[in-house]
Amino acid sequence: MSASGAAAYLSGERLRRGVQRRKVLDKVFVLVGLIVMLACLAVLAILFIDLIRDGAPRFNLDFFTNFASRKAERAGILAAWVGTSLIMLVTASCAVPVGVAAAIYLEEYAPKNWFTAVIEINVTNLAGVPSIVYGLLALGLFVYQFNLGQSIAAAGLTLALLILPIVIVATREAIRAVPNAIREAAYGLGATRWEVTKDHVLPYSTGGILTGMILGLSRAIGETAPIITIGALSFIAFLPQSPIQSEFPFISFAWLKDPFTAMPIQMFNWVSRPDQAFQANAAAAGAILLGMTLIMNGLAIWIRYRFRKKINW
Amino acid sequence: MSSPAKLVSASGLRYRKVRDRLIEALLLAAGLVAVFTTLAIVAILLYESSTFFAHVSIVEFLTDTMWTPLFADAHYGILPLVAGTVTTTMVALLVAVPLGTTIAIYLSEFAPHHVRESVKPILELLGAVPTVVYGYFALTMVTPVLQWFMPDLPGFNMLGAGLVIGLMIVPYVSSVSEDAMRAVPRYMREGSYAMGATRLQTALRVVVPGAFSGLAAAFILGISRAVGETMVVAIAAGMQPNFTFDPRQPAATITAYIVQVSLGDLPHGSIGYQSIFAAGLVLMFITLIFNIIGFSLTRKFREAY
Repeated sequence: MSASGAAAYLSGERLRRGVQRRKVLDKVFVLVGLIVMLACLAVLAILFIDLIRDGAPRFNLDFFTNFASRKAERAGILAAWVGTSLIMLVTASCAVPVGVAAAIYLEEYAPKNWFTAVIEINVTNLAGVPSIVYGLLALGLFVYQFNLGQSIAAAGLTLALLILPIVIVATREAIRAVPNAIREAAYGLGATRWEVTKDHVLPYSTGGILTGMILGLSRAIGETAPIITIGALSFIAFLPQSPIQSEFPFISFAWLKDPFTAMPIQMFNWVSRPDQAFQANAAAAGAILLGMTLIMNGLAIWIRYRFRKKINW
Repeated sequence: MSSPAKLVSASGLRYRKVRDRLIEALLLAAGLVAVFTTLAIVAILLYESSTFFAHVSIVEFLTDTMWTPLFADAHYGILPLVAGTVTTTMVALLVAVPLGTTIAIYLSEFAPHHVRESVKPILELLGAVPTVVYGYFALTMVTPVLQWFMPDLPGFNMLGAGLVIGLMIVPYVSSVSEDAMRAVPRYMREGSYAMGATRLQTALRVVVPGAFSGLAAAFILGISRAVGETMVVAIAAGMQPNFTFDPRQPAATITAYIVQVSLGDLPHGSIGYQSIFAAGLVLMFITLIFNIIGFSLTRKFREAY
């Protein structure tokens, strides 16, 4: 462009039009961004509505109190939801203490050296391992080496390992958000490291820890692949032994060794049947499963929000 | 709470110091669980695959184009499973990369604060939906819709499964990309605005190039997710090993094969049982490579500015 051409460009109509066009493009992109986001959210809504619509004929009390059956109308999710609840109990009681303890170690105790770096790299790396690989680990280690068999304990431990990185990362973030001034003040009064952690750091990071725990469990509740790999049965017409006994010592752990089925397994089993009638069962089980994950995630968001609002350092 | 006198007495102090040491040891043990898990995964996969590779040569495993370990005429070529995995992953990326990047650019450069804060958690729900539910969705909703456009599409196909996996990893891609873009310093944007650029021009020519390593990390971590995804492909893509890169075909992926074998009742120690560990080893190897590249890239963008 010659000098006079540039001058004409700068003063002329063309500049204005160029700017105009770019401004329009800017607006167009805002629209595209919004549409893409709404489309993704719409998919989520369609998914949920589709499940509820397809599963509607199965939503009644019998569905929750019946065992699996060869007749689609009579098949229910009793064994599945009891199994899932017991597995979650095992998972939570293993993953939460270990995960929180590991996070406390990494944030409050660990010296900055190669050894700590190894633990940190491991945690990051474990978060990226595909869930089915955990299933293979469990099959080789828990089922055959530790001789747990295809039991609730094996499934619970597997899912505990799977969500351990989630719990650790969430707890670390919560602990890191506690200002150092609080620790210094406690140390200044002569508290030991554990007293600082127990009396100050942990109480102030409860919100974050709870959020991480719930998010971890919501992940575990829908995991299918690892427990298929262990060998969950999909047709079970009995319940695990009750944890509460009528005789002394009133609590029994025999259920830990019982075979099981779980919600996602039951749903997978119904989806993979050619008989169309079972698709309604699958949809109903899916709607319940999705509803549970959405509620758990909503709860986590709410807790995070509440605690963030309440705390004013 | 013990009395102050006891707290400062010599024995009280010693007790508290010993207790602190013990607790530190316990906490360290919890931290080591992560290390042992990794070691156990590697050990189990290597140990069980080693017996598999005693039967099957590595050359056959890597070059044979048939995978029929459970048939009388057994072939042990991992290529068909790898082809299935590559195909579904590519389809997933074709969905997740444009959608995830657009959302990330919108959220990081355009959206007002309150929109970003309220949309992100909802978007993350997409990644929280149980994968078995996504499988149902791919099989009973996405594939029938695709069949309107492609009447010849079989009921089980990699296209529907891949599209759904793509949707599933959108929040993952968008959140890592957004992190990367927000790490680009403000003054670079302001320099661009001062030159008269619009927000879109700034986003595309300053922020995106500036966050390039982070975007690459997001895509690579997305790939790793898609490669490891199991239930969607097991339900919607069919479980027949099929050496093809055509997404309209049904095929098994590495993960789907592991599920298929686990559903049957294979005796512990049989070659079919060992073959899932060999398949798992390949899967672990692929995702590990992508994870290492992805994480080192994210570290780079966090340090760059």
